[in-house]
Formats: sequence, structure tokens, C-alpha cells
Amino acid sequence: MGEFRMPALGADMERGTLIEWLVKPGDYVHRGDLVAAVETDKSVIDVETFEDGVVAELLADVGEVLPIGAPLARITPTPSAGAAVGPAVEKASAPVPVIRSARPSTRPAVTPPVRHYAQLVGVDLDMVRGTGHGGAITHADIERARGAAGPPQDKPPALRARSSPRARKLAAERGIDLASVTGTGPGGAVRAEDVPTTAGAGETAATTGEPPPAAAPRTAPPSKSAERTAGLRRTIGALMSRSKKTIPHYYLSTTIDMRAALAWMEGANAGRSLAERLVPAALLLKATALAAREVPEMNGYFADDRFQPSVSVNIGMVVALRTGGIVAPALLEADSLGLDELMQRLRDLVSRARGGRLQRAEMAEATLTVTNLGDLGVDSVFGVIYPPQVALVGFGRIVERPWAHDAMVGVRHELTATLAADHRVSDGMRGARFLSRIDELLQNPEAL
Amino acid sequence: MNTQQARAAVEAAFAQIAPDIEPSELIGDARLRQDLDIDSLDFLRLVQVIADTTGVDTPEEDYRQLATVGGFVEYVASHG
Repeated sequence: MGEFRMPALGADMERGTLIEWLVKPGDYVHRGDLVAAVETDKSVIDVETFEDGVVAELLADVGEVLPIGAPLARITPTPSAGAAVGPAVEKASAPVPVIRSARPSTRPAVTPPVRHYAQLVGVDLDMVRGTGHGGAITHADIERARGAAGPPQDKPPALRARSSPRARKLAAERGIDLASVTGTGPGGAVRAEDVPTTAGAGETAATTGEPPPAAAPRTAPPSKSAERTAGLRRTIGALMSRSKKTIPHYYLSTTIDMRAALAWMEGANAGRSLAERLVPAALLLKATALAAREVPEMNGYFADDRFQPSVSVNIGMVVALRTGGIVAPALLEADSLGLDELMQRLRDLVSRARGGRLQRAEMAEATLTVTNLGDLGVDSVFGVIYPPQVALVGFGRIVERPWAHDAMVGVRHELTATLAADHRVSDGMRGARFLSRIDELLQNPEAL
Repeated sequence: MNTQQARAAVEAAFAQIAPDIEPSELIGDARLRQDLDIDSLDFLRLVQVIADTTGVDTPEEDYRQLATVGGFVEYVASHG
């Protein structure tokens, strides 16, 4: 019997709010399938299962705040992928927590094979009236429901459609059940624009029979968002205090000549459409990832009193949230990505960090962090390491500066790169080696 | 394209990329990076949205002209 538990989504997380189930009892899941969405102070994060099997029971309700490790669902391993599953799954027909308030709170009995069939043909069991023994849903009932509903692809997915945080906020403000909104985003995701301006305009009023809350939401959302911002600030504060108390930081700084990198990038961008253009950050991240592979003391975790180097280089990218606070999701295996792919992943990651959702691994598996405050105008960054990581690289802005060479003064574009690293793991010598490798790699941009 | 149309397109692009910025903050001399916290990735998305909505495709060497809201509007107006 496998249990799906509240995961640790970063060193600073203690608890999370279950905000969405992406599966329902009876669903087959495979290792890596997304099962639930969890909200922390920082973001909404999709979490995957590490087991194959059938979701036997959901143990937590949407909206519950749960500590790391709390069981969220039971997953029964399947001996085979066929319809006949072990008797343990019979428990799946026991009452399950209500996951959508608009739904009836009790479910008719359904046998696993029928449940499986319903899932295959895309019929929502909540919408089927059982004609079998004691109201049980039979194979024939599914067939009828399927016929009534038309081709399965016309039916909305049985589980709650995805939604953007802004859409959820608007829906909450306007008293609208997101389940009643037709999404126009990727995969039917509900976007802010899809949320009707008043509850009466949607189907909700008819579904719930309740008038939309009129005056109250005017004041509620700001306090919720302020609360969230305050929560995020506390979280960051606790993590950074821990860092400063336990990690003996040392700091190095170097000036990198950016002429070669910028000239190469401008040449590459000249022939590209906007969607394919590179930004300097992509080159900086790639150079950092390659250098980290060569200087492994910068890449990994310090845990249980020893350093555990990481084989893959997952670069945590500090993203400033527009509402305040920061989040540092990871570009996974950045060292093995081509520049173009890295650029696309970077754009995707930053936009999801700000507005959408992140994946568990992106929140939990960064092995080295980069902060690129140069984008916002400062010359250099003296970073604080994210525990349990052991190094943080900071890039300042790219500026034109006078530069003396062979008794002549010229002008060049340069950037200050800094390193904060953990003295328990490395010394300034290795740190210097790491920074100078970043510099060398940027002098050869076509090889990145 | 006249300035008014360009301004509307630029405001719409900002509303999409940085919805937290109030329209009243989008004054002519507001600097994208320093005053509005638009980083290089936001900027790229802004330029892309403008290209999609107005057809004005900004080459990289012209990025400097888009450093302020006013510059952005003027650029879109004169190239659209």
C-alpha cells in the first residue's frame, strides 16, 4: 500500500495547502503523473506520484493545510495494468472526501472495473445514476451516460480544470465556482479572462442556488494577498537566518569582459524571430552550469554534517515576484541543455514562477542558485546561500566602462560576477577557480 | 499608427505582462527597468506582445529606444 504524502517543496517549507486534486479515486496513476496541486507561500506547485497504482482513497480535502509528510492519498499498487485489480481497491468505493462542494456528498457504489471503464471512456461517475443493486453503477449505466453525453472528447475532463492563480483570485472575489467556468488556456486551463465578471453571468448561480456574495469580497482579497506576502517574507526570513547562522560564507568577485558574449548574441539574435531571441541571462546561466560541473564543490547539498555533491546541475534561478518576495525555481540539468532550449525553459520557468505553477522538482531540487539582479540595475550582488545548497552566484548589470589595455584606454561592456560559497565545503581557491571558469566560458560563447 | 493607438497597444501589453502595474504609473518618462521593475524576460515578452498585436517587430539594436514608456509608445507609433 503506497501513501502519497505532502512533499517537501524546498528547505524553507513546513506545510502546504492542498488546493486541487488532479486525480480521483479509481484513477490509474504512473510514476511521474501529476496527482495534486499544493500551494505554499511561494507558489502553486504540481506534485507527482512516485508509485504506479490505483488511487484508492483521497485522505485530504481541498483547502486543508497539512505538514510535510502528512498522508494525502492511498495508492494501491497494481499487479497488472488490467481491469481486474486486487480486493484492496474495493475500499475505494467507501465514501471519499468531498472534493467539489457543488457535488453530491455521497457516491453510489462502483466496482473497480466499472470505474476503470468510466475513466477510459471519459464519463464522470458523479453524473451517472446507478441502476444496479443498491443504486450501484453498472457497465450499462456508463454506456447510457456516454451515449447521452456524446463523444467523450466533447466532455470536459472529470477532474477540476487547471486555473491560473489570478483566475482563482478573481473567482474567489466574484463568488464563482471555477468548476463551472470553461477555460480557454492550454489544456482547458481557466484563465483570468475566462472568469465571468459576476456570478450571475456564469452557470454558478444555477448550480449552487446561492446569490454571489456582494460586498464582502471588496475588502477580503487585499488582506489575503497581504497575508500571503507577509507569509512569504517570514519564510524567506527564516531560511536566510538559518543560512547566516549556520553557513560560514566567503565572498569573491570578478569582472567579466562581456564583449565576446554580447557580440555573439547580437549576431545570433539578428536572424531570429522575437520568440527565439536570447537574453544575456541565458548565456550566464549556461556558463555557470558548465563551470559547476567542473568545480563540483559548488554544486550540491550540505546535509548530515557532510557535503553531498550533485551529479546533475539544477540551477535555482531567483525570480522576483511582482507582488513582492522571491522564489528560486530550478532549471533542471541546465548543464546539459543547449542554449536555445535553456532560453525557452528559462522563459517558461520565470513566467510560471510569476503567474502560473511550478513542478515539485523545480521547487525542491535546485543544487546551486543564481541571482541576476543586474537586470534590475545593480552592479553587484552579495548573496546569501540557500540552505542546504553551498554556493550562490550573483550577476550585476552589464555596463560600458573605460578599460586600460596595452597602455591604451578603450571602452568595453563588462559585468561583475560574485560568488558566495560555503567554507565548510570549499576554500577561496576553488571558488576563484569556479568564477574564473565562468569568465573563460563566456569568452567562447559559440561553445556554450 | 497614431500616438493614441500606440499608447493603447502599449498599455494593453503592460496589462498582460505586468498586471500589477497601475495604468496611472505608465507615464511618459517612467523607466521600464528602474521604475517599473521590468526585467529582460518581461521586456522580451512585452516586445513580443507588441509584435503580435501591432505588427511592430523591434530589432535588438532598437531596444534602447524602448527604455521609457514614452519611448516605447513613440517607437510603436512611428513603426506601426
